[in-house]
Amino acid sequence: MKNFSYLRAHSADEARKAAALAGNMVLAGGTTLLDLAKCGIAEPDTVVDITHLAGLDGIEVDETQASIGALARMSAVADHPAIQKAFPAVAESLALAASAQIRNMATIGGNLLQRTRCSYFRDAAVFPACNKRHPGSGCSALGGVTRNHAVLGTSDACIAGYPGDLAVALVAFDAIVHLGERQVAVDDFFQLPGNTPDREHAFERGEIITAVTIPASAAARRSTYIKVRDRQSYEFAAASAAVGLELEADGTTVRDIRIALGGVATKPWRARTVEAALIGKVLEPELVRKASLLVMEGAIDHGANHYKIDLAPRVITRAVLKMGGLA
Amino acid sequence: MTGTINLKLDINGRSRELAVEPRVTLLDALREHLDLTGTKKGCDQGQCGACTVHVDGKRVLACLTLAAQVEGRAITTIEGLADGDGGLHPVQSAFLEHDAFQCGYCTPGQIMSAVACIREGHTKSDNEIREYMSGNLCRCGAYSHIVAAVREAAEAAS
Repeated sequence: MKNFSYLRAHSADEARKAAALAGNMVLAGGTTLLDLAKCGIAEPDTVVDITHLAGLDGIEVDETQASIGALARMSAVADHPAIQKAFPAVAESLALAASAQIRNMATIGGNLLQRTRCSYFRDAAVFPACNKRHPGSGCSALGGVTRNHAVLGTSDACIAGYPGDLAVALVAFDAIVHLGERQVAVDDFFQLPGNTPDREHAFERGEIITAVTIPASAAARRSTYIKVRDRQSYEFAAASAAVGLELEADGTTVRDIRIALGGVATKPWRARTVEAALIGKVLEPELVRKASLLVMEGAIDHGANHYKIDLAPRVITRAVLKMGGLA
Repeated sequence: MTGTINLKLDINGRSRELAVEPRVTLLDALREHLDLTGTKKGCDQGQCGACTVHVDGKRVLACLTLAAQVEGRAITTIEGLADGDGGLHPVQSAFLEHDAFQCGYCTPGQIMSAVACIREGHTKSDNEIREYMSGNLCRCGAYSHIVAAVREAAEAAS
């Protein structure tokens, strides 16, 4: 790990000014930044520690929304009774992520900024070519071992998967990322790789995430997060789904449904075509199974990750049927 | 610019002073600078839990924490768990009684994690214990005895 300077920020303005300098990086929970520094991927000149800033770790829930400070720890949000009640998918996505220790460290803002687990991205010594690390250098994953790589949202430049859980639930429920005064819809905050896989977020140097807000809804109240993976705990998703459901008064017709996928795409993936195919319909298993397949239109696999094309619609189906009381 | 920085860390109730490079992790500060080698270095990348310590009472990974970051916080390591008279912490006793280790390398991290797990109340079933202890790997595979030790220590504490 390259040596660096340490700066403890005492105000958000001081943090923004320091973060605006090229070579400086913001340090929150450290679970991504220090890991990547040890891999030789992150090489900050100065780390700007924002974890001692006051007033950025609040969690407030009312009838209209949840407001979560960027420095709230994953565990605090996962264990918050009002979040569990009004946004079960959000609480579950956090509880099923990482380990208890990491959830005590990692912050909500940092969680959104976690980097891909693409093993080629993480190993610069053996695989110098990576368009995410060095634009134009090529993609070592293409033609490599791709079991954990994305099948949706990929480009010729990059097939690295987005690894997080929380953001999948946030995308399903139209959360807003607050960068001080500026606000960005979470679906727009995460960018497709296209020809610029080095640019992952709608985020300018010198900005810091200050909060995430999630609008309350009936669908968010009746929601779940299902995560399928190679081992039962402490593992990234092979495929995951955040699903929220609101039924009409008849108890069977879909009034509102929110579906987002994790573990299969280059960003948290909202499944709008599946939602559209289910809204206004009477929920029944065969319809849900068929509608779920729509999410994979346009999917491109690279051999070893083909299984995700079959797996992800099944995870959606399971989550929708569970919310509909049909499974 | 980078050189070394002077830190005053609160470790196991004692104030400890040290001069380290800013990049030094809490784990390396404990082991290499303060002779507190009970906290173990396994993967050094946040994947094994061997370096688990408590910061302000919460379990965290010392390998992904900068020493500089926790100046002003209360740090507890495995050395600070037992009472001052040399008596073992109840979770340590439970690990002994249930033979909850083989080589012992992951044990300090397992015990620090277990103490926090019990305090958090995540011990209502064996499945919950397994889930909330999943950040601590044991390559000897002593998991069933670890779960038994945590279960018994949790029951004794309630």
